[in-house]
Amino acid sequence: MGYTLNFNLIWRHFDKLSGGLLLSLELAVISIAIGIVIGLVLAVWYVSAGRVVRGIIAAYVEFIRNVPLILLVYLVFYGLPTVVDIAYSAQTSFVATLALYSGAYLVEVFRSGLEAVPRGQIDAGKAIGLTPWQRLIHVRLPTMMRITLPALSNTFISLFKDTSVASVISVPELTYGAQWINFNTFRIVEVYLVVTAMYLVTGYVLLFALRLIERWYRTAR
Amino acid sequence: MLGQIAYALPFLAQGFALTLWVSLLVVVLSLIAGVILGVGLVYGPAPLRWAVRIFSDTIRGIPILVLIFFVYYGLPAVGVHLQSFWAAVLALTLFKTAQVVEYLRGAVASIPKGQSEAAMAIGLTFRQRLAYVIFPQAFRRFLPPWINGVTDAVKGSALVSLLGITDLMQAINQVIGRTYEAMPLYILGALLYFAINYALSLASRRLERSFAFIRE
Repeated sequence: MGYTLNFNLIWRHFDKLSGGLLLSLELAVISIAIGIVIGLVLAVWYVSAGRVVRGIIAAYVEFIRNVPLILLVYLVFYGLPTVVDIAYSAQTSFVATLALYSGAYLVEVFRSGLEAVPRGQIDAGKAIGLTPWQRLIHVRLPTMMRITLPALSNTFISLFKDTSVASVISVPELTYGAQWINFNTFRIVEVYLVVTAMYLVTGYVLLFALRLIERWYRTAR
Repeated sequence: MLGQIAYALPFLAQGFALTLWVSLLVVVLSLIAGVILGVGLVYGPAPLRWAVRIFSDTIRGIPILVLIFFVYYGLPAVGVHLQSFWAAVLALTLFKTAQVVEYLRGAVASIPKGQSEAAMAIGLTFRQRLAYVIFPQAFRRFLPPWINGVTDAVKGSALVSLLGITDLMQAINQVIGRTYEAMPLYILGALLYFAINYALSLASRRLERSFAFIRE
């Protein structure tokens, strides 16, 4: 015991943490944007596809969901370039991994959302003569969006936390900043206290903002 | 290539066993701690409820990786020396306990109030109400999400490789370090994790189905 807290060194290197936090948010936002596209396309495809396509999409979803994120990060960053002739930065590699990762979770979210669209709405769309495409754009997707928004917010917040895994391939996000300060100043307890607070505050601010958006979206129109 | 991997198999098997061992410890310890804290959260006096609420919301609000580093590097700094293995188990258990607390709270909250009121009316004590009325019913709702969440413990355990513990993830990385066969080994590793977790999620689906007859 007898540990005296001294935050001076943390504040002196605070740029590592503030810059790291911004990068974490950036990684999460870009990844979920791509993940939403993957999830939407595959979910829409899944509900109208035959057995083979369904099997392939289900295999992708189950594979990603049952493998640790850190292994996927290594696989894409260290493994893939050894068999395919591509080169990318750690950051690009991580975004690609997290996008594929969130895509797998979002397929499930969107698929169950599409299945929860009331039958009557689709029939009503048919009755007024909408084509299948129009029914998808104007009837099924808007209703699905309203159903899935809470799950989407939760996925985003958990992705924001998952960006910490980027530190294992030296992407300078928040957890990497924390480790840098840990190893260079040895103000260990202080740095993790500060970083814990930063993750918590950011997470809860995001949650609050997303819940506001959900409420606005529910009551709008 | 195959020869090299075959040569490394016993080493990988050790890592696999360690991954299972860490996961098992974490799952059992967090179940005990989570149920105790969960009961505290639902039935405890206000200060205890706040303490558990703060604990659970803090742990669930930060990345597991930060929690692992905090415990591993932070404890020695304040004079508590644990082997890295036990520091890892402690960190993962804290993370999992917070989840168990929430599953338990959700399960107990789903039991209609009339049940405990009826139990009170016939004169059961608090312990009897829990043991004979609330828990048997809450158990059915607790089990499926809890088993589903066991895969989180297995996946989370891969992060302990960063503390130099030779679990499956670390074993894979070490074999790659010697053989440079990155892709086949990562795929092998992914399949092994997949095998553990998929088996667990199949089990949870079966359980969900076997409890499906219980509907309000």
